[in-house]
Amino acid sequence: MDFSILWTEFFGLTLDGIVVGAIYALVSLGYTLVYGVLRLINFAHSEIFMIGTFTSLGLSIVFGFTGLEEPLGIVLFLLVFLVMALASGIVSGMSAVLLEFVAYRRLRRRGASRLSSLISAIGASFFLVEFYRLTTESKDWDFPRMLSKDPIFSISSAYFTLDKIIILLGAFGLMFGLDRIINKTRLGRGIRAVSQDEKTAILMGVNVDRVISFTFLVGGVLAGFASTFYMLFYESTKFNVGFLLGISAFTAAVLGGIGNIRGALVGSFVLGLIQQYSSVVLGYNWRDVVTFVILVFVLLFKPTGLFGEALQRARV
Amino acid sequence: MLLEINDLKVSYGKIQAIKGISLNIKAGEIVTLVGANGAGKTTLLKTISGILKPAAGVIKFDGKDIQGIAPHNRVLEGLCQAPEGRGIFPGMTVLENLEMGKYARKDWKSELSEDIERIYTLFPRLKERQSQAGGTLSGGEQQMLSIGRALMSRPRLLLLDEPSMGLAPMFIQQIFKIIREIQSQGVSILLVEQNAAQALSCANRAYILETGNIVKEGAGKDLLNDDAIKKAYLGTGA
Repeated sequence: MDFSILWTEFFGLTLDGIVVGAIYALVSLGYTLVYGVLRLINFAHSEIFMIGTFTSLGLSIVFGFTGLEEPLGIVLFLLVFLVMALASGIVSGMSAVLLEFVAYRRLRRRGASRLSSLISAIGASFFLVEFYRLTTESKDWDFPRMLSKDPIFSISSAYFTLDKIIILLGAFGLMFGLDRIINKTRLGRGIRAVSQDEKTAILMGVNVDRVISFTFLVGGVLAGFASTFYMLFYESTKFNVGFLLGISAFTAAVLGGIGNIRGALVGSFVLGLIQQYSSVVLGYNWRDVVTFVILVFVLLFKPTGLFGEALQRARV
Repeated sequence: MLLEINDLKVSYGKIQAIKGISLNIKAGEIVTLVGANGAGKTTLLKTISGILKPAAGVIKFDGKDIQGIAPHNRVLEGLCQAPEGRGIFPGMTVLENLEMGKYARKDWKSELSEDIERIYTLFPRLKERQSQAGGTLSGGEQQMLSIGRALMSRPRLLLLDEPSMGLAPMFIQQIFKIIREIQSQGVSILLVEQNAAQALSCANRAYILETGNIVKEGAGKDLLNDDAIKKAYLGTGA
């Protein structure tokens, strides 16, 4: 174990932890929102994210950027990136709505147990992974470097590159947008109402089916945007890209207190930082071990997550 | 006739909770349904709201059979319920809870502040608490919020499930006073209560429910003086 590198690299690791945490946050919101309205862990959510990465990748191929040697100009890049993020958001969002319709809605109508839905979720996840494994030939797909990764400025060991800045601004913008949707719009209020008291929500005129579809849509769109950020940052995807990322995002949601939006955000940044710090101290290969250990320990010793009972009651 | 129920039967699995009830409410009336725990009072309200499906029978609201109307659409018809246990959204503020009362309308933001003011006039206490989370209110305040929220939908028929349950005597008096005030504003009320003395003296008419059957009906004041009822529900047997 080498702690000295932790001190010399502290600012750089912190920056990367926040960037990675921002991507986790967008994905973990999908877990937590769906859990709020359905009390169901949507295990296929990681595949919704994976579909987004391939949507961005597909567009980069369609645009003819494969094997790009020179980065694009900033204006062109922003335009292309916006198109990719929107497309991934739409495709992931629609996939999530479809997923709910195919894998969960009928079970819910028939009053099936939550365990059945969980099994259906895992089945849907397998289906999507295998489908993408076959259609993408099980290989790593590289995303072209459309943007120079030379640092713009640095604070100690933290090198601020354009991609990190864009991811941070984009993610915070989306979180702010989500906050507005949840708190100010009619359907957003519906999500909160169903999360807090479904029976009363119906009595107030909330169409629960519609709210559930909307919840999946919002979660899927956020995961889609996250997938484009991911591609910009890591520049590669594979059919199983959703697995480890999904576990991290899910761990973040549990760490913050599942069902709690603020919890998911805090949990994501905490997890992103822990992963970065621990990967230099223990070695990068230990990163996922640390994630799993955190997941198991939270579930064992503090299942309500960081925000505990009080915020748990005040869901969403 | 505002509400007309004919030979309604409701079951939970094999257990019949309501065994053929007929009752009606005229526009402008307060009608109370009195009965012990398990008599089927809450079941009846849930069936009117559409949360439970009847095994048989007809429910007509304003002359229209509402069986085919989805539960969440019944609010738009003018039916709104303040449920048993108050059903406050704990993580929403008092103001947000009230706004939920207008959720059924797509244009919920129109005339929102007028509606809120109307509720605050009726329950000044809610105004003081408006930015507090619903879950932190006292029982009496939650009951006010629950009734106020239902009134936000501008119902023609207000369904109240045990509004006095668990409240201090001071609050009970106040709640029944407000129920009469709501009636004077032209809203009809179906009041389900265990507190028979208060409910009967407040209501125009009353039905007595025992294990899924209506065993007696009449004017509230008459039933208040009925010996059998005094003995069974008022604890002041002659």
